[in-house]
Amino acid sequence: MPHTRQFGFETRMLHAGHVPDPVVGARAVPIYQTTSYVFDDTDTAARLFELKEYGNIYTRIGNPTTAVLEERLASLENGTGALAVASGMAAQLVALMTFLDPGDEIVASAQLYGGTVTQFTHTFRKLGITVRFVNPAVLGEWEQAITPRTRALFGETIGNPRGAILDLEPLAALASRHGIPLVVDNTFATPWLCRPLDWGATIVIHSATKFIGGHGNSIGGAIVESGRFDWSTYPSIAAPSPSYHGLRFYETFGHYGYLMKARAETVRDTGACLSPTNAFLLLQGLETLSVRMERHVANARAVAEYLRDDPRVAWVEYAGLPDHPQHPLALKYLGGRPGAVFSFGLRVSGDARAAGRRFIEALQLFSHLANVGDVRSLVIHPASTTHQQLDDTELARSGVAPELIRVSVGLETLEDLLWDLDQALRATSS
Amino acid sequence: MGPGSGPACDIVLNTALTDEERRRFQDTATIRRLLAASRTIAVVGLSTDEQKPSQFVATYLRRHGYRIVPVTPRGGAMFGEPAWPDVASIPFPVDLVDVFRPAEECMAVTEQTIAARIPAIWYQLRIPAIAAAERAAAAGLAVVLDRCTKMEHGRWTGTLHWNGMNTEIISARKPRLGG
Repeated sequence: MPHTRQFGFETRMLHAGHVPDPVVGARAVPIYQTTSYVFDDTDTAARLFELKEYGNIYTRIGNPTTAVLEERLASLENGTGALAVASGMAAQLVALMTFLDPGDEIVASAQLYGGTVTQFTHTFRKLGITVRFVNPAVLGEWEQAITPRTRALFGETIGNPRGAILDLEPLAALASRHGIPLVVDNTFATPWLCRPLDWGATIVIHSATKFIGGHGNSIGGAIVESGRFDWSTYPSIAAPSPSYHGLRFYETFGHYGYLMKARAETVRDTGACLSPTNAFLLLQGLETLSVRMERHVANARAVAEYLRDDPRVAWVEYAGLPDHPQHPLALKYLGGRPGAVFSFGLRVSGDARAAGRRFIEALQLFSHLANVGDVRSLVIHPASTTHQQLDDTELARSGVAPELIRVSVGLETLEDLLWDLDQALRATSS
Repeated sequence: MGPGSGPACDIVLNTALTDEERRRFQDTATIRRLLAASRTIAVVGLSTDEQKPSQFVATYLRRHGYRIVPVTPRGGAMFGEPAWPDVASIPFPVDLVDVFRPAEECMAVTEQTIAARIPAIWYQLRIPAIAAAERAAAAGLAVVLDRCTKMEHGRWTGTLHWNGMNTEIISARKPRLGG
């Protein structure tokens, strides 16, 4: 048999990270709902704690069910490995804390999920880390914001909530010229639509809660690394670790030094681990990712076109539409299919916030909640919910207008979704 | 060892080699055969520093049943074995030479390995010893280049996977116990 086959995305979506168990032969991924693992003997236990042996110690650090999710996501993102954590926010914190020290800076897109902006602005400040926000569409702004203390660039493949597309290739080149990693949140795109590591990013993070799980039942997050970044100038990864007898993670583990550090120190110490049952549920979703995403983007495009052509709608920000200014970027990075989450503005003459509330109250099929990437269609009015903690300046910088409605288009019958939008628009304008 | 009867998946990540070099020096069947059949492994450049990669690898391999023969000009003893100054000094048969030395020192190690009639040589991850590997292959040795013995053992026994690493193994076959 030739040893040369590189298997396709869908095959890896179903098989990567899981070969059948040699004893039981279970075909589905077993749920190892256990906190801890019996050691072979005291010597083995000691070697496990020294990281000289591959093995399981405690589910806060690793779990065989979670490992399947990790390897599968690494495979789908073309990464060297992955680390699954409790949530997307935890993924972000762990991904960055692993290599940042007090006094360090990062440069980030200003068009990010509101929770991310809050974490960067307030929690990171407490850690002595400064985040400089820039207009993601202007490469010169990124470059100008880089100082000798800048340790990473950060952005979202598809920005939340207005769907700005990150120009990955020149940003990755900029990061590379400065010897710093480009960290990309790929939640809205999923690896089926875009793989940022292929464009030169170093780290991809996910809120697996969204399209990866896809069914709105479990919170989870993940960090994937390329294995190609030179961490030798990052003391957190390259210098001797006081908590592992002076172990140098980058020297000893090479291309998985960063991920080992993230697992064995950052997650160990923050405790932001994923539950094995949630890992299983997220895996169940992941196994149908390509099939779901095809229908998600088809429905999203049809809904966007419907809203664009409706006089009761002022604007639609979906880069999948050919007249959108970022459509060329959507074509380049996402095959012209920039996910299923986008925003539109109600055409209102009076109080935009009140109109937004009326619209949401009138919807019958779109669920009003603070999530995206569910099989069901979802809707939210960010100015009064996800982004309400931002002050007016931060709100404007995040690109959130008071009339903005964000939808996450699900897999319902398309005509039913269009019916629901039509009747809610009618109720809003009456 | 490892899952199934011999998965057909290609292992492409984490190497500096070209596709052609990978085919010659990272053949998965060769790697699996060396790990399954070798018993005595000479570790050239084995450090006495317990936090060095060579120590991690040797400690791991010893735990998994291999006899580790330290090779270092510093002398002394490690893992209950006297250290030999070079491969040529080892007075008993060795199955595999595992090299932790810079590429420019690898040709000398290779010549000694060939002269000692040792059947296989493995140049560790991030040691781009192409010329030495070519020489060893021309002399009929089994050769592995730019891979880690510990990681490959973990890859094919299923334990590297526990760290969330992308092993690139795809197989629907049930592994044979002890196979």
